[in-house]
Amino acid sequence: MNSTEPAILEVRDLVTHYPVRRSLADAVRGRPRRSAHAVDGISFDLRAGELLALVGESGCGKTTTAQSLLRMVEPTSGTIRLDGRDITHLSQRRLRPLRRTMQLVYQDPYESLDPRFRARQTVAEPMLVHGIGSRRADRRGLVDELLERVGLTPPELYADRYPHEMSGGQRQRLAIAASLVLSPRLLVTDEPVSMLDVSVRAGVLELLDGLRRESAMAVLMITHDLSTAAHFADEIAVMYFGRIVERGPARELVRNPRHPYTKALLSVVPARDPRRRAVPRILQGEAPDPANVPTGCRFASRCPSVTDACRLVDPALDDVSGSPGHEVACIRSEELASDSAGKVVTT
Amino acid sequence: MSMLDVVDLEVWFDLPGGGELHAVQGVDLAVERGDRLGLVGESGCGKTTVMMAMMGLLPSNATVSGQVLLDGVDILAHGERSVRSHRWVDLAMVFQGAMNAFNPVQRIGRQIREPMELHRTASGAAARRRTNELLEMVGMPVSAADRYPHELSGGMRQRAALAMALACEPRVLFADEPTTALDVMVQAQILQQLGQLVDELGLALVLVTHDLPVVAAVCDRATVMYAGRIAEQATMDALFHDPRHPYTRLLFASTPDLYGEEPVVSIPGSPPRLDRPLTGCPFAARCPHAFDPCREQQPALATLAAGHLAACHLNTRAGVTA
Repeated sequence: MNSTEPAILEVRDLVTHYPVRRSLADAVRGRPRRSAHAVDGISFDLRAGELLALVGESGCGKTTTAQSLLRMVEPTSGTIRLDGRDITHLSQRRLRPLRRTMQLVYQDPYESLDPRFRARQTVAEPMLVHGIGSRRADRRGLVDELLERVGLTPPELYADRYPHEMSGGQRQRLAIAASLVLSPRLLVTDEPVSMLDVSVRAGVLELLDGLRRESAMAVLMITHDLSTAAHFADEIAVMYFGRIVERGPARELVRNPRHPYTKALLSVVPARDPRRRAVPRILQGEAPDPANVPTGCRFASRCPSVTDACRLVDPALDDVSGSPGHEVACIRSEELASDSAGKVVTT
Repeated sequence: MSMLDVVDLEVWFDLPGGGELHAVQGVDLAVERGDRLGLVGESGCGKTTVMMAMMGLLPSNATVSGQVLLDGVDILAHGERSVRSHRWVDLAMVFQGAMNAFNPVQRIGRQIREPMELHRTASGAAARRRTNELLEMVGMPVSAADRYPHELSGGMRQRAALAMALACEPRVLFADEPTTALDVMVQAQILQQLGQLVDELGLALVLVTHDLPVVAAVCDRATVMYAGRIAEQATMDALFHDPRHPYTRLLFASTPDLYGEEPVVSIPGSPPRLDRPLTGCPFAARCPHAFDPCREQQPALATLAAGHLAACHLNTRAGVTA
């Protein structure tokens, strides 16, 4: 990544806590209000043309991160800069003109598209809202251009269709077309292909891949699918319990994971080739309660390599020596470097 | 004769506006005790319909022909009357998305007991004991019996659905996308549990899914379906290393692999509509190797080697492979 270029998105120490409802009994006893630490201090940069995959299990905070960036939920602290401008606490009114620069593509296009709108209206709607293309003919031309760009060609074949008259892949392409109308700088996609059939997923992902390269747009992809992230992202950031525990260039992170959680996660991804099975390291239980943050490492309670020191020290992201751009938050990562978990065996 | 044989299964659905959808078109399957069979394909290929037909659970607008033979006896011969005594007792299933499979206002324990009481395999205290046994078997605390479905995590609900399916000690267990909605770690837990139970109880497992890596992790062989028909059937190893139908090869190529170097492809186009008659191979329009016979004549499912079947004209044309 070209680090001299200014970042489109700059996130520093982002924290988003949700209040947890206190039971009446607790309130009477005067117990303090608790909060769920959905996102608890994460930082990253995204530059033009980059695709960052934020991966992790449900509840790890990846969706809250996206929602905080888009100011759909209020961040508790930290800063979010979009093209250098601090938007962390901008009022919704002053945020509105900036909304066009950041767009969200949802997991299920069937829910995000208005069923009463034809494809043409779906794409033209944001133009009307934001006053783009004053003449009808201009808008028409733009709609056709966008439909073509997302692969709904020829546009006249698709422009008059309703969402229910399209396949899942076509609907997701349409949703992407609608998000591109305003030439966004940042596109956030939340599990963009998980609802689609396997045979059409690659097409939608290639579309996103091409768009960020052509349009100098940054893409943040939220996914639980490590295989997809390994293929389509430049960088992967692995989240656990509100934190980024490891991040690095996609291939490097997959081939040379350094955090015990990343290792475990990679070890349980099923492989296509039945002859090639990784030694799975199945973690028992599920992620801990986000309203009860332990002292020390958050992964300690499930970590197969835990030591006493891990329960005392809350590890920060540190550079992995000899692996540029690769960072890990584990006090034992050096000594565990040769650990075999997740290593592939061929039978 | 196998333990469970499906012979020439056909399913049509009456469509609301008139017309029929030919969802399953001449499917044969054989399942033995201890088998782990994957039934693989994308949405609309008929995999779930095949399973529901075997369970006798198709909606009323479905017409079924063909046979489902359990120890040689056709359990569909007299419709609901004949299939009822086998459902849950001999053939059981774990539904897709366990949240919807449970009644939200009944405790888990009661719902696990229900099939036992219905089929009179156990009742009262014995049913309660069996419920606890089942919960432990699927790796759940016994206290989960007193919980409501919404109080359990997705993984725990899927385990509870597994406990319910095993209540009457079935011989064949169908699992329809049992881990699709789950995180990869929970998926690994459930698949491990499923594999263990199949071994311990000597069940036959039919895993219905679109997810080839999941099938590769659990099953020995698989049947790949496309447009209501069987495209290919072989061991997982042969399907991956020596596919004889272009759809199988492309389905693998469109599935990203963690360590795969080659680019992930997509298959252009979409499956044919099944509400109108089809000439030729259903995959011809999307197939990169289609030649004249593919558009004119439906390829028969041919045996290419022991246990390896494929329905593709390329296999009968000299010098060409899928």
